[in-house]
Amino acid sequence: MTGIVLRLLSAIPTLFGVVLVTFLITRVLPGDPAVFFASNPSMTTQDIEAVRQSLGLDKPLPEQFLIYLGGLLHGDLGNSLSTGQKVVTEFANRLPASAELTFLAFFIAIGVSLPLGIAAALRPGSLIDHLSRVIATLGVSMPTFVTGLLLIFFFYFVLGVAPEPIGRLDPFMFEPDRVTGLYTIDALIAGDLELFAAALKQMILPAVTMALFALAPLTRMARASMLEVLGSEFIRTARASGLSRRKIIMTYAFRNALLPIVTTMGMTFSYMLGANVLVERVFSWPGVGAFAVDSIINLDYAPLQGFMLVMAGIFIVVNLTTDVVVALIDPRASR
Amino acid sequence: MSASAMRERIQVVRHVVLGNPLNIVAFGLFLLILLVAILAPSLVPHDPLKTNPAHTLQGPSAEFWFGTDQLGRDIFARVMIATRLDLMIAFGAVTLSCLVGSIIGAMIGYWGGFWDGAVSRMVDVLMAFPLFVLALAMVAALGNTVANVVYATAVVNLPFYIRLARNEMRVRRGLGYVEAARVGGSGDWRILTRFLIPNMAAPLVIQASVNLGWAVLNAAGLSFLGLGVRAPTPEWGIMVAEGARFISSGQWWVAVFPGLALLIAVFVFNLMGDALRDILDPRMRT
Repeated sequence: MTGIVLRLLSAIPTLFGVVLVTFLITRVLPGDPAVFFASNPSMTTQDIEAVRQSLGLDKPLPEQFLIYLGGLLHGDLGNSLSTGQKVVTEFANRLPASAELTFLAFFIAIGVSLPLGIAAALRPGSLIDHLSRVIATLGVSMPTFVTGLLLIFFFYFVLGVAPEPIGRLDPFMFEPDRVTGLYTIDALIAGDLELFAAALKQMILPAVTMALFALAPLTRMARASMLEVLGSEFIRTARASGLSRRKIIMTYAFRNALLPIVTTMGMTFSYMLGANVLVERVFSWPGVGAFAVDSIINLDYAPLQGFMLVMAGIFIVVNLTTDVVVALIDPRASR
Repeated sequence: MSASAMRERIQVVRHVVLGNPLNIVAFGLFLLILLVAILAPSLVPHDPLKTNPAHTLQGPSAEFWFGTDQLGRDIFARVMIATRLDLMIAFGAVTLSCLVGSIIGAMIGYWGGFWDGAVSRMVDVLMAFPLFVLALAMVAALGNTVANVVYATAVVNLPFYIRLARNEMRVRRGLGYVEAARVGGSGDWRILTRFLIPNMAAPLVIQASVNLGWAVLNAAGLSFLGLGVRAPTPEWGIMVAEGARFISSGQWWVAVFPGLALLIAVFVFNLMGDALRDILDPRMRT
């Protein structure tokens, strides 16, 4: 228990560092946000100066940082210059879109990679072992934006089974009443199965694209970890004692192999959050990643800052969760 | 390295290369890619930059193997020419981060103390960011050039090398042979350069070779989003981005061929990384 508390406390300096780096990076970005407003030709130098003052950009850097920190503590991430909305509002609208997609992709990846990795470990050198290696290496070699385009071409243009890649829902459908922000869940809550199917259909291609990329680390770790456990002495003892193959694999081997797999899952999940930038772009998905890229291109500080902060925050939370889960699965790890 | 150790190493190489047919394919393709990167300008049948309004968006044919794009340029020529630029970005970035990262990591690992703590904290912070977006922001901040893509890719990879070199160093600096060298009168510098760094080379080279594929993907991803390399320069990421809008209307070849080139290059690099790992460090074989 003290181990978990200590682990929680150890995240604080990292979190502070993340805030500091985010602040500094967006300050060295070229492009004065005040000049952004000045693209309106009627604005004079005095007006620009006024805008700069209202944004607090005339103050020295340390003071700007304190103001920024103060805003953060009140849950204020600033305003997006290009949409004119509060960054927090933009995120509240977009984060569920990214989260829904990432979760689905994550579950697809786990559902495929664990059985594949375990099967490969049970028969090393067999056809399935080679197949798992090729799939895993191919998966990590596919640029997500190319995989996405290939999937669109085959399933939308050639076969016509997938919907047009234009976001979360067909434009003729109404989005469900907002409860969680996840369309599939909200559609289920509203009891609208047709809407659920439509939302799921839009998600399948982008989710598969992301899942393909996550397959590699998970399959590799599942295989390596299973192989190691299967070679250990307690498995030999279990075999010698005449336990059924099923019981040995599922109860004894898998449970002991789970530890490094869970750690890899945590890493993969946070990695997917960063990688979905490209997938969202290809599928016109209205998520936070696409928003962050647009902000970078428009030299819009605040949303970029918010994105990096939220992603790094999620990364830290996922790492903490992984550590806690690992400690719960295996008490030896928390010592 | 003694003659018998050399013979043993060669046997391992032979075992790894011949033991897995995939490795032979990987080595062959790797050579082919290198050849294309070097010879492409004298191999391509058409000028990769020459536009031709008479043949826009034509499918693959005997004249244009990979078809033509929206400006009538030959996609085959563009894909081939792009190889050199994409490889140079990746090799440049990986070399830079491997060199700088392992020097920093080796130093903080060897001497420890304040800098070890400070740099390790910074590495933790850097690793908490979504790396691709960090690279994106850096290219936007430094300016939209190819050199900045190399620097940005190198910086986001630094933490891995720093961490690896530091941990290797911490494990090794207490080992017997280091003690022996110190007793024998070697100074810090000599111990570092003669004994420790050569022994750390294998894991670093493995990391670098695994990293190469990722660096290609990262650079192509940046230019796909319109950062870094600029049109009309032939580069795989840009070409895929340009072809993306024709995918939904069926002109698949504009995006698919550069995409496949990218995929094959990264796939080959990853296979090579695996093979190299098997050769250099059989214990890490998975």
